[in-house]
Amino acid sequence: MKFGVVVFPGSNCDHDTYHVISKIVGQPVQFIWHKSISIDDCDVVILPGGFSYGDYLRCGALASLSPIMQTIKVFASRGGLILGICNGFQILCEAGLLPGTLLRNQNLKFICDYTRIRVENSSGAFVNSYKTGQLLNLPIAHGEGNYFCSYEDLAMLKENDCVLFRYCDENGNINPSVNPNGSIENIAGITNKEKNILGMMPHPERASEEILGSADGRAIFHSLNIYMAEVEKKRR
Amino acid sequence: MKAKVYVTLKPSVLDPQGKAIHQAIKTIGYPSVADIRQGKYFELNIKEGLSEEDARQEIQHLAHSVLANPVIEDYKIEIEK
Repeated sequence: MKFGVVVFPGSNCDHDTYHVISKIVGQPVQFIWHKSISIDDCDVVILPGGFSYGDYLRCGALASLSPIMQTIKVFASRGGLILGICNGFQILCEAGLLPGTLLRNQNLKFICDYTRIRVENSSGAFVNSYKTGQLLNLPIAHGEGNYFCSYEDLAMLKENDCVLFRYCDENGNINPSVNPNGSIENIAGITNKEKNILGMMPHPERASEEILGSADGRAIFHSLNIYMAEVEKKRR
Repeated sequence: MKAKVYVTLKPSVLDPQGKAIHQAIKTIGYPSVADIRQGKYFELNIKEGLSEEDARQEIQHLAHSVLANPVIEDYKIEIEK
């Protein structure tokens, strides 16, 4: 399988993501410039963290208009796997590929810290090597990570088990005191209804090596490997 | 022709920036201000040759799809000749 990491002007986690996939996970990976209209033969497309277009207008708003996003929308509609991390999550929301949007953190501060995340549902392409209820130690680094959506969208997300990650305390309890940014119901990451698109504010690529303090994020990339291997087996 | 687009947060969306501004001005006075909500304002110069109706339609589309995020924001369009 092959990963593609999209590079927007202002992306700054693109190389970290590339490093983890090529050196830690050991899979083929290529960069995709945002003005390109092709994702080549990539099986998974990652929209990395950063500050695309300097966060002008709204976070992710201008990046969602980049030429590559038209191709990614078609890829998404065919069931292609897409992972948006931090700014990538914001871009996916602005592009309409995920419901809702990300508002300014409730305390108006840029938060750069480790957070405890609970895996809410461990089925599917992105999280199959975690266990449901497993607690992860993942870093966040954002000023706009306050997930917001309509009641209808929230009901849809919950009904379809689309909420994959929630901020929690060290015992796995979900409560407002451990919600770093004010997100609805402590939401840290969601998928679309079809489960082929994941958006998350925490950075798994910054927590994929023990030497960096946590390797809890590596299993996301590992899960994608396992999932794609299954898909390829079925194809044969 | 000129168009003005005002983008404001929906009443149901919390505006921590507006709140912070309100808190700050309270320390220097202005007791009559009950609440502040922050928004965005865009000025668009429209090329000649377009009817007002066509211009309004185009800007409506632009405001809905780009200038505002309808999940959280409302917008108002004014056209000046």
